[in-house]
Amino acid sequence: MRYLTARKRAEGKGASHTGTEHHWSMQVSAVGLALIVPTFLYIFGKALGSDYATVTETFSHPIPAIVTALVLVFGLKHFNRGFEMMAQDYLRGSQLKAAIMFMTAFTYGLAATGLFALAKLAL
Amino acid sequence: MARARLRERGSTNKGTKMAENSKGVQRPLSPHLQIYRWHIPMLTSILTRVTGNALIVSTFLVVWWLIAAATSEAYFDLANGILTSWIGDIVMTLSLLGVWYHFLAGLRHLYYDAGKGMDIPTAEKLGWACLIGSVVLTVLTIIVI
Repeated sequence: MRYLTARKRAEGKGASHTGTEHHWSMQVSAVGLALIVPTFLYIFGKALGSDYATVTETFSHPIPAIVTALVLVFGLKHFNRGFEMMAQDYLRGSQLKAAIMFMTAFTYGLAATGLFALAKLAL
Repeated sequence: MARARLRERGSTNKGTKMAENSKGVQRPLSPHLQIYRWHIPMLTSILTRVTGNALIVSTFLVVWWLIAAATSEAYFDLANGILTSWIGDIVMTLSLLGVWYHFLAGLRHLYYDAGKGMDIPTAEKLGWACLIGSVVLTVLTIIVI
């Protein structure tokens, strides 16, 4: 006889083994991104195709630099977790693990590269 | 109340045993695209995944453009020239469409998560709203910028 209650055995489980943590993280980052992405599209859209002086000038201002940094960091975090969901649907075992590891490294690297560029432009 | 009910169920069903036995069983992978007739909620759901994942290409290009601007004028002119060439324009316009589509579909997801709009007529209307809305927002953005 097991002394654990059914609730105790179910807690924190589910297909993901982490309950609703992943879904909640996607919801939070989705709301955050929904607030800043339109502003980013305006900033980037205006800057793309401008000359070098205008672009370096634009990203030396705090709002364009901060909004772009936020979109990159949280956009890539949201992307990484979204990719994880897709990988879980189509891959299994070692392939799944390798895909998640690769994409995590890639998105972190891309975010860090973008932040470095922004820091250099802004400062 | 709920806890008592859970405990009661736990003592009678064989859920735990079944879960142990099913480990290592070959389950089908989702989704079974070839079985279903295409319909709007299905199409718009798939497009959410497609646009979300395709946006990594756009993000990569944006970061490349930023790092080029941070490197030198010559490198910036190269990256900027490629992103505003005819092929660059196509990629960036599709990216914009992808962002707006994913934006609207994401809002729809949050609405679904609140337990609303799940009946078929509403879900179909919301699907059309995402499809048409993303095109409208893309055109508006191109006009504004």
